[in-house]
Order: sequence, then C-alpha cells, then structure tokens
Amino acid sequence: MTIELFMQQLANGISIGSLYALLGIGYTMVYGILRLINFAHGDIFMMASYFMVFSVINFNLPWYAATVVVIIASVALGVLLEKTAYRPLRNAPRMSIMISAIGASFLLENLATYLFTGVPKGFPDIKILTRAVNLWGVSLSVATIITPFTTLILLYVVLFITNKTKIGMAMRAVSKDFETAKLMGININKVISTTFIIGSSLAAIGAMLWGSKYPSVYPLMGVMPGLKCFIAAVLGGIGNTTGAVLGGFILGMAEIMLVTFLPSLTGYRDAIAFIILIVILLVKPTGLLGEKVTDKV
Amino acid sequence: MIDKLNNKKNKIYLNILLAVIFAIIIILLDTERIGDNYIRRILNLSAIYTIVSVSMNLVNGFTGLFSLGQAGFMAVGAYTVAIFTVPLAERAKIFYIIPQNPVLAQIELPFVIALILGGLLAALVAILIGLPVLRLKSDYLAIATLGFSEIIRIVFTNAKSITNGALGINRIPPMPTMWVFFGVAILSVLLIWLLINSSYGRAFKAIREDEVAAEAMGINLFKHKVMSFAVGAFFAGIGGGLYASLLASVDPKQFYFTVTYNFLLIIVLGGMGSISGTVIAAFVVTSGLEVLRFFDEPLTLLGVNIPLFRPGFRMVIFSLLLMILVLFFRNGLLGQKEMSWKLIFDCFNKKKPRKKTDKGGTAQ
Repeated sequence: MTIELFMQQLANGISIGSLYALLGIGYTMVYGILRLINFAHGDIFMMASYFMVFSVINFNLPWYAATVVVIIASVALGVLLEKTAYRPLRNAPRMSIMISAIGASFLLENLATYLFTGVPKGFPDIKILTRAVNLWGVSLSVATIITPFTTLILLYVVLFITNKTKIGMAMRAVSKDFETAKLMGININKVISTTFIIGSSLAAIGAMLWGSKYPSVYPLMGVMPGLKCFIAAVLGGIGNTTGAVLGGFILGMAEIMLVTFLPSLTGYRDAIAFIILIVILLVKPTGLLGEKVTDKV
Repeated sequence: MIDKLNNKKNKIYLNILLAVIFAIIIILLDTERIGDNYIRRILNLSAIYTIVSVSMNLVNGFTGLFSLGQAGFMAVGAYTVAIFTVPLAERAKIFYIIPQNPVLAQIELPFVIALILGGLLAALVAILIGLPVLRLKSDYLAIATLGFSEIIRIVFTNAKSITNGALGINRIPPMPTMWVFFGVAILSVLLIWLLINSSYGRAFKAIREDEVAAEAMGINLFKHKVMSFAVGAFFAGIGGGLYASLLASVDPKQFYFTVTYNFLLIIVLGGMGSISGTVIAAFVVTSGLEVLRFFDEPLTLLGVNIPLFRPGFRMVIFSLLLMILVLFFRNGLLGQKEMSWKLIFDCFNKKKPRKKTDKGGTAQ
C-alpha cells in the first residue's frame, strides 16, 4: 500500500469518525438527561437530508440559506418529537418510552417512504464542499477536510453551553438527579427541549456534511448511522459529550482501517461497530470516559 | 343464564366446546372444504407470528428485558431449516454460483430435527449475546439485539457457501397440513405458559417488577435473564423455521429488523405480560396487515381519486397505530391479565349489577 493511499484512508476515517461524533453528541445528551435511547435521532438526520434536497433542488435556495432552513426545520422536528412522543410518557415505565421512541422512528421512516418514495434521491451538489483539493499528493474533498474541524468547533460550543451557561448548569443538574433538580425549581421541560434543540441541530449539520460525502438520500439512511453513533456514545461513556466525540473518531477509524487492511471483509463493515459494542460492554461497560454509576435504591 | 355458566364445571365444558369448534374449523380449512389458499396462508402466518410474539412477550413482557432481536433469531431458525431440509438432489440447482460447503452438501435432516436444531442454534446465539450484555442495564440489550439482527443479515448475505448470499435458498419442501403450524404454535404457547407459571416464571416477573428487590429475595438475576432470553430466542428460531417452510424460500431481506416491529405491535396491542392477549393480537394484527393492503392501492370513490391511498400508506397507519397504542392505551387489550371466562362474563355483566344496586341492592 502506498503512503498516499494510507493518508487518504486516514483522512476518510477521521472525517467519517467526526460525522459519527456529531450524531453521537445528540444521543449522549438525550441519554444523559432522559436515560432514553432516542431511536428517532437517526431519522431526524434522515429528514434533515430530505429537507436539504427539497430546499436546494425544489426551492432553488442557495446552499447557505438552505443550511439555515434545514437546521430550523430539523430543530422543529426534534422538539415536536419530544413534545408528542416522549413528554406524555414522562412518568411511564421505561419500556413504554422505549417503545414510543421506536414507534416514532418507525413512523418517520414510513412517512418518508410514503411521502418521498423509497427511491434514493441525489443530495444537492454543493460545489464549495465537494470540490477536490490536493494536499501533498493526497486528493481530498473539502467536506472531508472541514468535517473534523466543524466537529471540534461544535464540540467546543456544546461544552461551553453545558459548562458555562445557566441552562447548561440546569442540564447537568437534571442529568445528575432528575427529581432533585425538579425540586430545586429547574424547569425540566425547558431543559429537555434545549437538549433536543442542540441534538437536532447537530444532526442537521451532520446530515449536510454526510450528504456531501455520500450523496444518496433514502428513508432508511438514518438507521445504520443512528445505531453506530449510539455505539460511539456508549464507547466514549454515555452521558459524556467529549466521550461521544472520542468514541465517534475511534469507530470511524476502526471501520475505515478494516476496509483498508482487510478488503476481503468489506461486506462486514457495518458489523464492526457491534463487535466493538460487545467488547466494550465486556471490558469497560461505563465506556472510555464514563463515570461509574451505582444504583440507588 | 350467565350465573349458570359461571360455575367451574360449566367452564370446563365451555373450554372443551371452544377447543372442538377450533379443531373443526381447522380440519375443515385443512381438508379444503372451506376457505381458500389465501386464507389458509394468512392463518398459518398468524400461527407463526403467535409463536414469535409469545416468545418476545416472555422476554419483554414477563421478564422486563427490552429485546429487539426477534427477526435475527427467526433468521437463524429459518436458515437452519432451509439449509438442512432441501433435498440433496436440488442443492446444486440452488447453489449454482458458489457451490455449497461440501460438509453441508452431504447432510439432509428431517424437518422436525432441523426445526429443533434451528431453535437451539438461535438460543445459543442468544446466550452468546446475552452473556456480556445482560450483566448491564437492559437499555444496552435493545441496541445490542437490534445490532445483532442486522449483523446476522450481513453475515447471511456474505457467507455465500453456506447461505447462498443475497439470492437466498428456495425449494424448501412445503408442509402438507396446517396442523404443522398450528400444532407447533399450540405446543409452544403451552410450553411458555407452563414456564411462566413455574417458579422460574415467578422469578421472571419479580425481575420485571423490581430488579433490586428480586435480587434481595435471592433470585439470581443474571441466570434468570439469560434463561428467559435464550428460551425466547429458541421459540423465535422455531417460528423462523416454520416461516421458511411456509414461504418455501428464505433470503436475507425477509429478516430486516423492521420485521421485529410487527411483533412489538402485537405484544403492545395484546398487553405486555399477557399470553392470551398476545395470541389474540397476533391473529388480529397479521390478518389486519393483510386486509389493509388496499391502503396501498389507489382508491377511487364515486369517480374521485382519493389522494392518500398509495404505496406506503399501510405502513404509516401501522406505525401510527403503534404510537397511539403506547401513548394512550399503554395496557393494550388485556394488560397483564389473562383471558378467562370470568373476564368475558364480567365484561358482559358490567352494567347490569350496577343498575340493580341502584334500584334496591340485590346484586351479590
């Protein structure tokens, strides 16, 4: 293998890893606060891709205007999801909330199939992102290069919100102890809505970068990335934002390295995430950066 | 009249009567005196869905573990039956691109043995997944089982010398009678019912209600969870084996993980923790999904084309139904109760005694 090919795959690994990281942040934040696997997160990502397709191709918006529209629409969808599917079940058994999450995810997938048909649509070609750049003999698209930086900047923003602002303090309090936070006068619903707003907007940004790399939009496109990003969040330590980003990077690299060094196993690319999940649950169930949680009786 | 029906001896007669009516209907259907192939097929499918749903309810409803791997376990059972029951002479025609693994190409098993082997393999896989995952909070089980059913599909698509890859295996010998499906379904439900009413079953329910309290009572959490999960997988594998012989062919796409959502809808509708509810819901949902196929056809009413009806509408309705059930009717049909004559009579009697008490308090 040439060093150029290796560098190219390394860049691909980092870039796909940072996409996993972007989605993983959404999972880890929701899990941290609601103790709920938000199965529909991957489908918000899918819907964001469709919003992008429609706003650029059907409404002829320039890409920067479309970006704003897509983020707003995805945030609206995320908040709507929380209000209709999760809020009414706040005091219900955990199993019911999980079923509701799965139902919501399934509904979004079926709705997308029904409204937009199952035929894949092409993601709009945003010239500024898909242009190829030659770096030291390695040819990369702009999207591949800027994705990791975007992720790191957004991670910084999320960390700033959770650590330095008032709503962030409320978020941390709610994730530590739901009931006590409520007694302290924290508006739980506002905190949860904020979490969904942050998660959904990151999913929307992720969808745009993803679309520039893999320009095919179809109703089930969010399922696999969704599952993998949750695994990335578990790998990094669920509830920990930095951990989700770390887990995303590791997962992306592992996948790309499997394809690079063992091309005969390419068909099993999607399986590696689950093997990582089983291994991490066996070795260190709290994840790389997670804290040990004990059950309170 | 209802009071007369309500004593124990009469209830036994009623049960026997019901069983006889059921048997007569199946015999009539089976000997092709009533119904057609379409109806027989739906009923057979319902019987298979009953097995898989009841097994899922054992894990989700009775033990409180959130498992989403039913499609994957079915795939294991279905492929076992497919690989071992296709007649040896037909094998070369099926595996025409990549020849079958030479060891497997020698073996042909009778259906019953292949079916049980399929169930056992599914249970083995369940134990392998369960050992690491069931030690933890059951949230991870949902994601691990969902992932597993995807992995199993990926493996079956890639292991071409064993499973014939994406082409799948066809020419699986069909079953001569409906009794194969209904017999196995009745036997499976009976076995699960016995398990649930045994001391193990009580331990499962204790785990569902409160893990910490159950552990304090001396229940080995891990052992019972693995047991419930493996038994559930065993019966899902059996269901998968029957599914393969009903369709006479298997391919990896049949076992997409969304299939599991069918069973999820069934157990939510029937009631998480109710076997009889699950059985009723399995028949209602399976035939419902078939009957509702007209949602996917364009509908013209009085010359007006109704715009909602086009492919995909059925599944939208289906997922909406799941959401509505879990949001507003969380207990489903029966909740954690079981169907009994008393429940039915109480249901009929609900209004009458109250009226009597209003008038002069003659009730009971």
